[in-house]
Amino acid sequence: MDNRTVLEAQNIDKFFYSPVKTQVLKKISFSINRGDFVSVMGKSGCGKSTLLYILSTMDTSYQGKLLIDQEMITDKSSSYLSRIRNEKIGFVFQFHYLLTEFSVLENVMVPGLKLGKLNREQLEEKAMEKLRIFGMEDHALKKANQLSGGQKQRVAIARALINDPLIIMGDEPSGNLDKKNSDIVFGIFKELATDFNQTLLIVTHDPDFAEKTDRTIVMEDGRIISH
Amino acid sequence: MKYGLLLHIARSLMLARFKQTMVAAVGVTFSITMFIALLGFMNGLNQMLDGLVLNRTPHIRFYNEIKPNPDQPIDQSDKYKNYTNTIRSIKPTSSRLRIYNSSAIIQTLEEDPRVLGVAPKVSTQVFFNVGSSDISGTISGIDVPAENDLFALSDYVTVGTPMDLTQTNNSIILGKGAADRMLADIGDVIQATTSRGDQVQLKVVGYYQSGLGELDNIQSYASLQTVQKILGEPPSYITDIQVKLRELDLAPSMARDYAALFKINADDIQTVNAQFETGTEIRNLISYAVGITLLIVSGFGIYNILNMMIYEKMDTIAILKAIGFSGRDVNIIFINIALIIGLAGGTLGLCLGYLAGLGIDQLPFETEALPTIKTFPVDFNPRYYLIGGIFSLVTTYFAGYFPAKKASGVDPVDIIRGK
Repeated sequence: MDNRTVLEAQNIDKFFYSPVKTQVLKKISFSINRGDFVSVMGKSGCGKSTLLYILSTMDTSYQGKLLIDQEMITDKSSSYLSRIRNEKIGFVFQFHYLLTEFSVLENVMVPGLKLGKLNREQLEEKAMEKLRIFGMEDHALKKANQLSGGQKQRVAIARALINDPLIIMGDEPSGNLDKKNSDIVFGIFKELATDFNQTLLIVTHDPDFAEKTDRTIVMEDGRIISH
Repeated sequence: MKYGLLLHIARSLMLARFKQTMVAAVGVTFSITMFIALLGFMNGLNQMLDGLVLNRTPHIRFYNEIKPNPDQPIDQSDKYKNYTNTIRSIKPTSSRLRIYNSSAIIQTLEEDPRVLGVAPKVSTQVFFNVGSSDISGTISGIDVPAENDLFALSDYVTVGTPMDLTQTNNSIILGKGAADRMLADIGDVIQATTSRGDQVQLKVVGYYQSGLGELDNIQSYASLQTVQKILGEPPSYITDIQVKLRELDLAPSMARDYAALFKINADDIQTVNAQFETGTEIRNLISYAVGITLLIVSGFGIYNILNMMIYEKMDTIAILKAIGFSGRDVNIIFINIALIIGLAGGTLGLCLGYLAGLGIDQLPFETEALPTIKTFPVDFNPRYYLIGGIFSLVTTYFAGYFPAKKASGVDPVDIIRGK
């Protein structure tokens, strides 16, 4: 198994300018290798979500360097970054964020359609396969807003997986779920990490969750204090 | 494939807010319908009003005018020609109204390929004798078939037909106003006195009603031969030559050229009816202004609705961006929504506009002044449909442009973090 670096942050600084100039990230440097199941832990306001948005290429106003798949990402054009997000990063958010206008199946397919590597039939098959992993195949034709919170989150994870991303990033993916669903979600992540060698980077403030991951990066006041 | 996906997303967004989308589309439909109906109606009326005068006006009229010679002898003398000469009380020379060599002129004109047709005319002043009083009038002696072809005479002859003039000797089609005053019925014989003092008897075979009251009080028609006979002139006696051209715009230059060639006066339609063209242009301008205002107002409606849609769909936009759609893709999605609304609303509007035109065309519109008009006139010129169609797309595009630009600039981090 090749253990090359998939994500690397070098000396990332981030400032917020309103209402006053405050430094939220201070010289953040770390790297993640293929197959790692990493959690970022810290109290609310320590900058862990901000860091995640920078790592996910959605936030581009920072200083320092970011490499994804050993490729320099900092200062690339926004349409290039869109492509990187589409192809190499899968997202799972705290609030599920499915497209309510579409069915569950379509939600899972949309990033794949956007990438355009497979045709519609192939994608449909692949999307059903991903839904099957999470036991959601029976809900494929429902609208996204007919699902429960836990179900939505499972669909969101299926969507994150559709393009076989290099890394899955999660922003408190279980933060809005009860204990039972939270455990299911964790179970899914764990399974992805062990069975599919999927790289995962999950931001959480839940110490129990963090403890069960392979590696925990602890942040405090914009700094990494252990990793 | 990729564009298809964006279109698919646009469609889903629209279907999710179907009612709102409908309201926007109905706005476009309404304004295009009104635009088409208004322009068709306005221009139909315009053309009818223009037709009132222009159909009956020759494009070029050749005639001899009685006026003083501009070249007075003193201006020709070597001694005084460089002076400023003041001459009082100049009188016209005893020139005649008759056009010399008229048959040669007519032949030349008829051979000109730019000329649609030529109609000779003899005009004379008469007094109609009614009991002890006299009513002044004008009798135009016309070449009936030519006049009918070129100036649609039969449209304005409300009783009888122009051809009756050729079939009955010494017959006349009286102006409606004059006939009413004389209480002359069809078949009656009326008496008229010519400018030379001769008395003639004419049989009424029809009424002429142009819609211009003043004209109807004075103008009457008889055949060329009848008028020549009344005046005691030979068949070569012609006072006016009326010409209709294939291209109206050629009139001024051709009038100038032929006036110089034949050494007679020539009036072109543009000079004579300059104020008419201005009126037409201004009426056109007003109808376009009103129509385009309607479209712009509906454009604001679309703008509003798209703006609201974007606020509602912030989450969707953020998620699309997070999963790899670029700002440009989002922009295309919303422009597409606007254009689909414009296209659907516009197409329906064009159809309804056409139906509205047909409807207006059926409404009865009868007036004394316009004997040939029975319903409201509507112009179904495809140009208005083209303008309406293009303009509906242009306005909706611009109405979509700014909201789409805003949507493409949405920062997903702000939305996702903000929850």
